[in-house]
Amino acid sequence: MTAPIKFYQTGTFTVGNRLLSPEQRSVQSSLERSNSLNSGHRACQGCGEALGARYAVDAAMRATQGQLIAANATGCLEVFSTPYPETSWQLPWIHSLFGNAAAVGTGIAAAMKVKGRNNVRVIAQGGDGGTTDIGFGCLSGMFERNDDVLYICYDNEAYMNTGVQRSSATPAGARTATTMAVGAEPGAQFGQGKNVPLIAMAHEIPYVATATVADLHDLETKVEHAMSIRGARYLHILVPCPLGWGAASQDTIKLARLARETGLFPVFEAEGGEVTAVTKIRRRVPVEEYLRPQKRFAHLFGAKGQQQMLAGIQARADRNIKRFGLLDVETAE
Amino acid sequence: MQKQIEGSRAVAESVALCRPEVICAYPISPQTHIVEGLGELVKSGELKPCEFINVESEFAAMSVAIGASAAGARSYTATASQGLLFMAEAIYNASGLGLPIVMTVANRAIGAPINIWNDHSDSMSQRDCGWIQLFAESNQEALDLHIQAFKLGEELSMPVMVCMDGFILTHAYERVDMPAQAEVDAFLPTYEPRQVLDPADPVSIGAMVGPEAFMEVRYLAHAKQTMALERIPQIAAEFAQRFGRNSGGLVRDYRCEDAETIVIALGSVIGTLKDTVDELRNDGVKIGVLGIHSFRPFPLAAVRAVLQGAKRVVVLEKSFSVGLGGVVSTDVRLALSGLQLNGYTVIAGLGGRAITKASLARTLRDAIADKLQPLAFMDLDWGIVNRQLAREAATRRSGPIAENLLRDIGTVASKVH
Repeated sequence: MTAPIKFYQTGTFTVGNRLLSPEQRSVQSSLERSNSLNSGHRACQGCGEALGARYAVDAAMRATQGQLIAANATGCLEVFSTPYPETSWQLPWIHSLFGNAAAVGTGIAAAMKVKGRNNVRVIAQGGDGGTTDIGFGCLSGMFERNDDVLYICYDNEAYMNTGVQRSSATPAGARTATTMAVGAEPGAQFGQGKNVPLIAMAHEIPYVATATVADLHDLETKVEHAMSIRGARYLHILVPCPLGWGAASQDTIKLARLARETGLFPVFEAEGGEVTAVTKIRRRVPVEEYLRPQKRFAHLFGAKGQQQMLAGIQARADRNIKRFGLLDVETAE
Repeated sequence: MQKQIEGSRAVAESVALCRPEVICAYPISPQTHIVEGLGELVKSGELKPCEFINVESEFAAMSVAIGASAAGARSYTATASQGLLFMAEAIYNASGLGLPIVMTVANRAIGAPINIWNDHSDSMSQRDCGWIQLFAESNQEALDLHIQAFKLGEELSMPVMVCMDGFILTHAYERVDMPAQAEVDAFLPTYEPRQVLDPADPVSIGAMVGPEAFMEVRYLAHAKQTMALERIPQIAAEFAQRFGRNSGGLVRDYRCEDAETIVIALGSVIGTLKDTVDELRNDGVKIGVLGIHSFRPFPLAAVRAVLQGAKRVVVLEKSFSVGLGGVVSTDVRLALSGLQLNGYTVIAGLGGRAITKASLARTLRDAIADKLQPLAFMDLDWGIVNRQLAREAATRRSGPIAENLLRDIGTVASKVH
């Protein structure tokens, strides 16, 4: 195959597996995929987290030839996957607590090391609440010790399992059950929240990456790369939540793509604390295009709209674009 | 081998003899010397293979132990006081998952006011968490109980706390008999987990359980503690046979045969009580001591059997259920259901308040004369208590309580009577 591969021939930015040689196709396109998070679970229609977890864990399973153990934080992913006696997990899996998935991962990795089973690898996973809030201490400890764990955060920007409450990953302006769209400054406050990928980088761990469920190949490649590295690794995946975001369930992938294309969710990789690659924005769109389809931002629009807040969100996207160099020079404004 | 070493060192060496595979360390007084000792043994290569992990909190310590134990590694950690409370959520999780982690608790008071000295408030606050709780009377027993704890816990798939008095034992240099590695290896089989995370046989552990089975899961934890009631004395007997000394067991009585008065206690204070009882016996007082060495499971039948012939029981407690009284007393009362006995609860030694023979003798003589209050506070300074109550009655904004008391007594050191 000598001709350059054109991924986006359909005009919808869909990555076509058929255009690739079999070995380059996605894990999900393969009948050999492990189906680690098997069908029949109880996630909502259009759940970004279920999608993200399936892609990520299957990719990690392929990268480790199935020698993988997962630790899971409390949250949607845990609840919808294991209403015993049913379990969707087709790999060894443990759920302990909301705030300790990273530490449980450390313990499993230590056990494998002490038993000389270095081929068995460990992932720990949780939602944004379990990662950026309640599990943050354990996460930072695992990073700092450089334990051999890939931590995957499925970020849907609020506590969805408990009924859509604000987390430290909730974006400014978003309505949640604890940041209602009422008062002079409706929704989540500006100037709060934390950027865990950047904080992970500050630990100078071997590998940090962000991804979305809109880019399957990109996500799988990052997981595969992460599994080729020893030490603490962090993957932060944006996973839209139709229920919590007030979005149509068929828009999950579209919204994930728009989050990237607006610059609100920069997709990048970093090694040893330095950014090594960014996914460029292909067709820049104003943040309104991303915000409008989501009811959690409905109060920003209309007659009583919040122009200032919209401008603030746009400014944040602009800052990301500049900070991470998300636009090619020729297409930059 | 006889050694003159610190209690913490003795425990560290004893734990090392048990060949733990993962040790989680987080410093908190008075436990810290134990994990320091283990860290040295791992780093020097004397204890291998073993992963020694410096974690960032006690919550992480227990969580790492949970992961390691679920993946089939023999796992150990140690804590005390605030640390035990900080890991409380994970403590319940470890027992709920049936993971045989062994943890030393160097018993220490809980703040506020912050206090690093010994009492039993910490582990007793976790009495309902599903862990087995063994109490050591001496450094020798602390050392021995760890070897028994791994055996017991792993047989039943239940976690075990070995409780030893902070400072009084952990920091005391005493002669101990340290077993040889071969002896411990012969006593303690390798860890064969009931459930294990293994790609060769994938299982899901930690699923949500609703009303349909939750009660049964909890009952099974109780059933295991009931089995422990049988296994603890058997393991202590096996231990005695192999190592030639009595350590552990459910209860151990001292001069209780014809005793009219029996004093119940846990931990190192049993030694002081034995001396006091000897002196009272010299004066013709029919008194004995019943040491409880397994607090969970609580040996109701064994306690009842010893107390059956007595006229009165005094429970000497280093813990206090605020708003009720004794913690151990409540359990003892359950053991005595139907028996007609005068019962006294004596709260003593909170926050490291010294428990002297003189105070014990005075208190016990009051009990024997049936002059003691049903709930007594040994060596409580009623003067400063009453002055503080008066201040509070007189002035709404009367200031922080602990600081007022310290100002009143004019010293910052713990007061010894």
